[in-house]
Amino acid sequence: MSVLEKPPPEAEEHTGHHHHDPFWRRYIFSQDHKVIGLQYALTAMFFLLFGFFLMILMRWQLAWPGRPIPLIAGLLGEANAPGGIMLPEFYNQLGAMHGTIMVFLGVVPLLVGAFGNYVVPLQIGAPDMAFPKLNMASYWCYLPGGLVMFSSFFVPGGAANSGWTSYPPLSTIATQGQTWWLIGMVLLITSSLLGSVNFIVTIFQLRAKGLTFMKLPFFVHAQLVTSFLLLLAFPPLEAAGIFQLLDRVLNTSFFSPSGLVVAGEVVDKVGGGSPLLWQHLFWFLAHPEVYVLILPAMGIVAEVIANNTRKPLWGYKSMVYASIFLGFMSFIVWAHHMFLTGMGTTISSFFQTTTMIISVPSVVILSALLISLWGGSIRFNTPMLFALAFLPMFGIGGLTGLPLGLAPTDIHLHDTYYVIGHFHYVVAPGTIFAIFAGIYYWFPKITGRKLSEGLGKLHFWPSFIFINGIFGPMFIQGLAGVSRRLWDGGQQYAHAQPVLEWNVFMSMSAFGLLIAQLPFIVNLFWSIRKGQKVDSNPWQATTLEWAAAPSPPIGHGNFHEVPVVHHGPYEYSAPGAPNGYLPQTAPGKEG
Amino acid sequence: MQIPYTVEERPDTGLYNAKLGIWLFLASEVMLFGALFSSYVLLRTGDPGFMTIPHEVAEALGLHGEAHRWSDELSVPLAFVNTLVLIFSSVTIVMSWASLRLKEFAKFRLWMGLTILCAFGFMGIKAVEYSAKFSHHLYPETSNFLGIYFTLTGLHGLHVVGGLIVLVYLWGPGSKMWKSQPRRFVNRVETVGLYWHFVDLVWIFLFPTLYLL
Repeated sequence: MSVLEKPPPEAEEHTGHHHHDPFWRRYIFSQDHKVIGLQYALTAMFFLLFGFFLMILMRWQLAWPGRPIPLIAGLLGEANAPGGIMLPEFYNQLGAMHGTIMVFLGVVPLLVGAFGNYVVPLQIGAPDMAFPKLNMASYWCYLPGGLVMFSSFFVPGGAANSGWTSYPPLSTIATQGQTWWLIGMVLLITSSLLGSVNFIVTIFQLRAKGLTFMKLPFFVHAQLVTSFLLLLAFPPLEAAGIFQLLDRVLNTSFFSPSGLVVAGEVVDKVGGGSPLLWQHLFWFLAHPEVYVLILPAMGIVAEVIANNTRKPLWGYKSMVYASIFLGFMSFIVWAHHMFLTGMGTTISSFFQTTTMIISVPSVVILSALLISLWGGSIRFNTPMLFALAFLPMFGIGGLTGLPLGLAPTDIHLHDTYYVIGHFHYVVAPGTIFAIFAGIYYWFPKITGRKLSEGLGKLHFWPSFIFINGIFGPMFIQGLAGVSRRLWDGGQQYAHAQPVLEWNVFMSMSAFGLLIAQLPFIVNLFWSIRKGQKVDSNPWQATTLEWAAAPSPPIGHGNFHEVPVVHHGPYEYSAPGAPNGYLPQTAPGKEG
Repeated sequence: MQIPYTVEERPDTGLYNAKLGIWLFLASEVMLFGALFSSYVLLRTGDPGFMTIPHEVAEALGLHGEAHRWSDELSVPLAFVNTLVLIFSSVTIVMSWASLRLKEFAKFRLWMGLTILCAFGFMGIKAVEYSAKFSHHLYPETSNFLGIYFTLTGLHGLHVVGGLIVLVYLWGPGSKMWKSQPRRFVNRVETVGLYWHFVDLVWIFLFPTLYLL
């Protein structure tokens, strides 16, 4: 700003006089990235738990179809589960909403909304996000979107029941809950648009002095690529959502073919639409979305691994370029979800080729993380355990994806439990374990106290065992040909009989996983008040967020003085460094 | 600590925050309208009867003889006038920004006022077109061509209205900022100008694809 100009009147509110703000400005309609990050974290963890409960209900039904659900049967309502016995229609609602809630309301808001918001400005040495008001608006689009989704369970006919993919024409003729689903999605897409613009501008514009792109922590690179994916891939789904909303509300026929017959009667629409068009638009988002789920998770794992092996990441630059290439390629692989639609072998060949190519950068990143362990004196604390578990779990998830990416094998495996096993290995013991690693790793920065290590290990080990008990047998069932959509878990199908026994095993594992989360929940509440107090840098880390005070004060301005960066992000085991590591702000040769 | 580069440019990127922000927003808008246009292409090529008015509907509309096309029902002269109106408004908004750069506030008021009039004019002509369709009982559900027509022009119209609200604000109460923070105010006009050009550009694609092809 030129010296001649008066400082803007808003300048005053940026100087840290926030303790005068009323409660609702400080904690509810807050414009501080840390408070918004925590709002996202708490809301998304609630939805993650809610989505998990939906899955527990499904697992009960799959293991013991036709048996009344114990304890909570009364809460489900006679329309959904008369006498506590689940109806197929209700099972379909649970399936559609479990997927939607876990992806759009749980994992992405945690990775981007919570970790991104809290950590990125700190890691780049910025006082806040570039647009605090947009940041607030982003949360306040997310929350209503979530509430619309949640309340859709209580409308006549219940929540959306056409799968999380909402394929027409089924979704066009589905009950009212589908309209609520679409309205919820439009709100979530708006929230994600506001967030992604904000992240990109923040990372480009607000980096501290000396923090060049190749000195950014890998987590920031991952968030940057993720934001570009959200920015560019979501609008086509928004277009598709608008079309489907009009199909349902104004009776248009964008996705309705001519002569569609439902329950013996021709549907009253002009027809001529294309159900396949929805699939193209949907997967144009939903495939990049997979990388939205995995890239920030890889970012968290990279931070935790570098910190706990006490040595620089192996192949940092390759990882950065791989993540950019991954982001680019993710836009041209979407139709590998559609090999069975009859779109033609030429198109299938193209998409299976690009799919094989996109596995290369994922392997580069995973290999770099694995080789980073080589020769390190590893500290096995709770964040590191979760980060280490991520590597083989994501590895299994990725490798089992290869047969799905090739059309000949996918024709057999499509829509079986094999697919469910594959992507849950990527997202559940993969991404969600990375989220846990991040929570244990950054909790001391947020609260000034460490989470209990004992409870942490009590959380990790059972979770690690039970989660494999759920998803491992899915590969066996899927290879036997059991469809993912059966509300009775395959009881009525002859080919499913030899693998049916796994249903009880998997469901028991799921209940075990639920119990294994109790130490975590106890740990969160206990450690906020009673956890071990720590200074600003308890993990002896190098990146900038650890230069800020523990539990940095609310209000714009995270650092006592503007940080100046002299070093790369992971200068651990640096020769001659005081404690064996050089924080990015340590005085150095270059300016 | 204040958020840097809200007003002045960051030296290495050459941009102030809002300018990068609006470019990114426009990139996502390109993807939105790109998907809408692509859907139009796919629906049209996927259905041989996409453009043809069914015989009984044509009779009801008072059309006789050979096969009629849905696009013939749209008014090319009105849309052409609207195209000129929007292109002219893109010129006037640049003039309003340039006037501010030359520190001539009265001229800014004039050019911005003209832009606002153009926007109202566009929406007025659009309203005439829509009501003509409705009076002939042509609705989005009547055919997929009309569905696409109403969806695309409707979303474009929403973008015009959104821009219009900001333009009126900057012309009226928002212009007080010219006194307190002139540079920031010029930035705001530049940013909304970029958005306005995009809205104009979308129409320039919409006009031939819907009315002429």
